[in-house]
Amino acid sequence: MSDQLVGIVAYGGYVPATRLPLAMIHGGRVKEGGAEKSVAGFDEDAITMAVSAATNCLHGFDRTTIDGVYFATTTSPFREKLAAAFIAKALDLRSNINTIDFTGSLRAGAGALLAATHAVQANADKQILVVVADSRLAAPHSPIEMNMGDAAAAFLIGTDGVVAVIGSSFSHVDEIYDVWRAEHDEYLRSWEDRFNVMHGYTGNILAACLGLFEKTGANAQDFHSAVVSGPDARSVSAVAKKVGFPVGSLQDAFFGRVGNCGAAFAPLLLVAALEAAKTGDRLLAAFYGDGAEVLSLEVVNSSFRAHHSIDWYLARGKALRSYDSYLKSRHLDAGEHDRRGGEGVPATVHYREKDSDISFLGQRCTQCGTVHFPACRVCYSCFTKDQFEAVRLSDKTGKVMSYSFDYFFPSPEPPVIVGVCEVDNGARVYVQMTEATTDSLRCDLPVEFVFRKIHEAGNKPNYFWKSRPLDSSSQATKEGVVT
Amino acid sequence: MTQGIRDKVAIVGVGCCKFGENWHQSPEDMIVEAAYEAYSDAGLEDPQKQIDAVFCGSVYPSRGTAEVAESLKLFDRPVSLVQNYCATGTDAFRYGVAAVASGMHDTVLVVGYDKPKDRGVSGPSIHMNTARGLPMTPAGWFSLCCARYFETYGAGREDLARIAVKNHHNGTLAPKSMLKKEITVEDVMNARMISWPFTLYDCAAQSDGAAATIITRKSLAKTFRTDPVYVKGVSIALSANPQSDPSFDFLAWKPTLAAARDVYKQAGITTPMKEIHLAQVHDCFTMTELLTYEDLGFIAKGSASEHITSGTFELSGELPVNTDGGLKTFGHPTGATGVRMIYENVLQLQGRAGERQVAGATMALSHNLGGAPQTCGLAILGIE
Repeated sequence: MSDQLVGIVAYGGYVPATRLPLAMIHGGRVKEGGAEKSVAGFDEDAITMAVSAATNCLHGFDRTTIDGVYFATTTSPFREKLAAAFIAKALDLRSNINTIDFTGSLRAGAGALLAATHAVQANADKQILVVVADSRLAAPHSPIEMNMGDAAAAFLIGTDGVVAVIGSSFSHVDEIYDVWRAEHDEYLRSWEDRFNVMHGYTGNILAACLGLFEKTGANAQDFHSAVVSGPDARSVSAVAKKVGFPVGSLQDAFFGRVGNCGAAFAPLLLVAALEAAKTGDRLLAAFYGDGAEVLSLEVVNSSFRAHHSIDWYLARGKALRSYDSYLKSRHLDAGEHDRRGGEGVPATVHYREKDSDISFLGQRCTQCGTVHFPACRVCYSCFTKDQFEAVRLSDKTGKVMSYSFDYFFPSPEPPVIVGVCEVDNGARVYVQMTEATTDSLRCDLPVEFVFRKIHEAGNKPNYFWKSRPLDSSSQATKEGVVT
Repeated sequence: MTQGIRDKVAIVGVGCCKFGENWHQSPEDMIVEAAYEAYSDAGLEDPQKQIDAVFCGSVYPSRGTAEVAESLKLFDRPVSLVQNYCATGTDAFRYGVAAVASGMHDTVLVVGYDKPKDRGVSGPSIHMNTARGLPMTPAGWFSLCCARYFETYGAGREDLARIAVKNHHNGTLAPKSMLKKEITVEDVMNARMISWPFTLYDCAAQSDGAAATIITRKSLAKTFRTDPVYVKGVSIALSANPQSDPSFDFLAWKPTLAAARDVYKQAGITTPMKEIHLAQVHDCFTMTELLTYEDLGFIAKGSASEHITSGTFELSGELPVNTDGGLKTFGHPTGATGVRMIYENVLQLQGRAGERQVAGATMALSHNLGGAPQTCGLAILGIE
């Protein structure tokens, strides 16, 4: 065992910008400021949200020292294929790293966090990135749809610059059919909610919390903040009261703004609690699913800030135009042309192009400095052959050189905004733009780059990068650093 | 320095089938129609003996060179297929011109054709076999200069609309054009948006069609007809992909600038606005025609809007452009387009263009721009 302090050294949440106003689900009138839930955009899935959360968490960190990616989700786009490998490739991490998918459980995130902590404690690895993302599908118009949302969270576990230590944990297992998806279920299945809460949720959270208290000698009053995930707001506050958490210590669970985001729920709330915590604070995080897992944390340095806070993500929501556009984005619109047909990107092309398409690597000519994208053999400027070094473009900013809005290309939310962007290092990239509106586009608009699903031809996600208008506040931060 | 081929090669016959949605016609039907019109135009009585070689241009050939050879039963001689995006027809012509100028062949048939209307879609096909580079639509590619150009020079959608209105008018005067319908600026502005700022009426009419021309050595030209048209220059230039080119400025298409430098040198032209009397330019989208006015040096960079307003390029203007309606209304069977432009320029130079005749024209230019766009083809023809 290492004598060094092991814990969370960086963290970051991610909430997709797309919001589904709950009133829209049943065709009611959508009111400004009404209840809503976050939904992955049509170009997002658990993998892209994981990459976004990880990018937020790793902002300013050296990525070459990361020894592993543990990805927790119940909604990997693949039944068989390592999603963590995709995430590692998109983040341009080393190839000699440990990559594991933790799947099938709503509390997979707790398992991944503990496994990473134990691996670093055992000195097997120095730094492990834990990413949790979920985008579960409820049957359209079902009651359960109202409470569910999509989100992601990332944690870097290591020894250098620890922010919070995971002190102890308690696990309680209980086999129960409350919510589940069997092999061929497209939608989340659920038993009657009163049964679920009475005989599943409440008892299990209680058992795990009390188990932790007995194991550690702590009690509910010792925690400055309690993170409790659960099926709905009322059940969460009821169980928190039963456990005995002091008034005001329960972390807001963002119902009516995000919703129950599955495996990512407790991790997202943990990020929010860490953002609000002070040095010395003790936190408790309860993960629910076929039992419950409870972690006890202590904040040792509260000065860390993720690139974007949860509040930043909550403030930038944009409501869908209609419930129909949500259905289209999930391929649930019966009248729609199936966008999943065709062959998709051939595996061999993907194999050759993944440094460009997934890692978004350009190349700098070592003779004249010109940066190209995608990679090529002969320099555009000085015509030197094969004298290039790879440069990562994904973590750079850039500006729009020129743009167009394509109404012809099939998209659930036309038009496709597309343009050539100039990356700060001079590379030109032809990319689609996400989370932008046609009336806000102009030449020289500052942008950043985000990993997105471009289409699903071949019945699989085909990923590439898009540009996104750079938030004015983060731009100000950036300029602040320069001056 | 390029020696060029000025006045070494003459066009002695041209032909063109009616462009359009030619559901009733096979490629063979259109190729035969265009080629036999050209034979007749050249007074060529025995093509089996008089055609030494065939250069074909087609972007969507179903059977390649055999498609043309079998249609015309021109066997046991060179038959080659050229492909170069939308400059395919002009490039096939260039190969033919080079073959005659080199002395390899005396008389050559150039056939451009395409049959996109067998594909079952009204616009371009979308292929989802890549994740990068999407949406891969021609309208999206060619619209990319608009935002930067508009912001820099203050032009706008109305300027583009006026180009469409002009070409629709000219198309009504060309017997073999696909669309014969006058439109208004409002029609263009209110039409369905395809790729901003292009509405449906900013986009060329994709069509079926074939066009042909017969070229020969200058010394043989007058054995075919008394008023041959001479090739003053023909050029192709391919430039960097504007989507990845680190130095692209989104204000001018580089292939046109490069090909224009070369073809003007070949033709000995120094003041194109004065020396060229009419032009057929690639108006796949209205913005392509706007930029081409400037990229060919007809007018100063950034001044297109004022010239569009003043009517410089209308049929009655100083330099009529797209006298037969252009790709916009004559139609755009990709491989045929460059040869169709040569057909129109030859008719104009020989005073055979009917209602759309440009009086006293002795020098005419044709222009194609294709790819992302990356390639430009230019041909300058003269009657003197």
